[in-house]
Amino acid sequence: MHSPFRGVAIVGAYDTRQARQLPGMTEAELVLDAVRGTLDAAGLAPTDVDGLNVSTWVTQISSRDVAQWFGGRPVWTGDSMPGIDALLQAAAAIATGQCHTALVATAQCGEYTARESTVSWTRPTNEFVECWGLYTAAEFALMAQRHMHIYGTRREALSEVAAAIRMNGARHPNAVMYGREVAPEDVVASRMVADPFHLFDCCITSEGGTGIVLTTEERARDLDVTPIYLLGGALDRQGMAYVTAPLWDRYGWVGRRAAQLAFEQCGLTPRDVDVAELYDPFSFEVIRQLEAYGFCKEGEGGDFVMGGRIRIGGELPVATNGGLLSYSHAGLVQLLQKPVNAALQLQGKLPADLTVPGAKVAIASNGGSGALFNDVMLLGTEPV
Amino acid sequence: MSDANPQIPLPRPTPLSKPHWDGCREGVLRVQRCGDCGSFVFIPKPVCDGCLGSNLSWVESSGRGTLYSYTVVHRPQQPAFEVPYTVAIVELEEGWHMLSNLVGVEPDHVEIGMPLEVSFERKSDEITLPCFRPRA
Repeated sequence: MHSPFRGVAIVGAYDTRQARQLPGMTEAELVLDAVRGTLDAAGLAPTDVDGLNVSTWVTQISSRDVAQWFGGRPVWTGDSMPGIDALLQAAAAIATGQCHTALVATAQCGEYTARESTVSWTRPTNEFVECWGLYTAAEFALMAQRHMHIYGTRREALSEVAAAIRMNGARHPNAVMYGREVAPEDVVASRMVADPFHLFDCCITSEGGTGIVLTTEERARDLDVTPIYLLGGALDRQGMAYVTAPLWDRYGWVGRRAAQLAFEQCGLTPRDVDVAELYDPFSFEVIRQLEAYGFCKEGEGGDFVMGGRIRIGGELPVATNGGLLSYSHAGLVQLLQKPVNAALQLQGKLPADLTVPGAKVAIASNGGSGALFNDVMLLGTEPV
Repeated sequence: MSDANPQIPLPRPTPLSKPHWDGCREGVLRVQRCGDCGSFVFIPKPVCDGCLGSNLSWVESSGRGTLYSYTVVHRPQQPAFEVPYTVAIVELEEGWHMLSNLVGVEPDHVEIGMPLEVSFERKSDEITLPCFRPRA
């Protein structure tokens, strides 16, 4: 069988500098860095690009603005949220001949200023949510608590996820938390945020940009790069996030449908996956996704993550750059950074001690249970 | 919890949600119910999320339920919230669910499955919040 994405290759992936704050940097400068860095990574010129999905959140730069930075030459622009969604849309545009080389990039900075409150992207102002003091950590905590109640998922499993991922970030020079090693006992020693989440169970906040460029398999052969192939991908969208109760029984397996569709598209199974760039806003969410995608049975995710299995050198390393917990979480930028890091990992471009030797297939995901959406993408070193 | 605190972000009722908030002010917990398929619908919607029908009306809930899930929050959403506070998902005995805060119970004594009843907490002339407290 052939994947419906056959013929589309990722030829460049790039992260700008990531930091808790990037003083003096505008989103325009930052997204321009992402655009240029991504093209450089692929050895492409601006004139090679005929498809764009480039946007920023705070200052609302759009693909149509950026099309003019490219002299009006691009013929296709996408407007999906920067992330797996945008990549699938861009890949579909290439696969159907609407464009040949599509650049997807984004950046975010200058948003988090009122630090006595949680960051603004975590606290939407809905009338049935805001008055209860909710924000994303509490939303995901409500899911985690229900899972722990039903399946007896242990606190130790959450600590192992947080420590494993944070240890990856400690070894990545571009990670915001570079050098900050964390052991499981440090996680429970950090202050409580929203039960069961301690501070180190929760993602950081930061600023940065990122990008990815896709083209046809044929054009990829002419470039001096290691092409990475899009094997499959799908969305699972269950409605507007943060307006209603995050009910485990209704939304707990969000992403399962996306994973099933993605695996069906290329004929692979979770057993074929070597590395998992999973959305990791909070430690528990990794456990949930491993269960939802079929890496283990329902309720067994807590046991699955133990014993070094999700660490570098284990059977299924997770969030190999340090993820949202340690590498970076710049608003929406983290969505695109999951497939970006999956591509960099498969290209062998991560620091040596974070490289998964012989990795051929990666899964990347965006969004999670508390957000009521979860998108999945499969990437590989060989086309299917 | 019963003192009005203007700093806490209070709901701004919409034409769709107004019957619910009016009910809270009057001491009644109101929820939408579909006259065609019988589904309870919350949060308020223009259509039934069970059958996509429009035959919705507002009915009174008993206000009794159990704790479905919860989190004790120590880092407040914003400074107006006094920590720790307990965010809850309540399963009403009619089978529908809502977000709320627990009152009248120490965080250490909160357990999933515990019986709860609605406790209306006045916050302003317009807004009374439907919190929940333990019931025997």
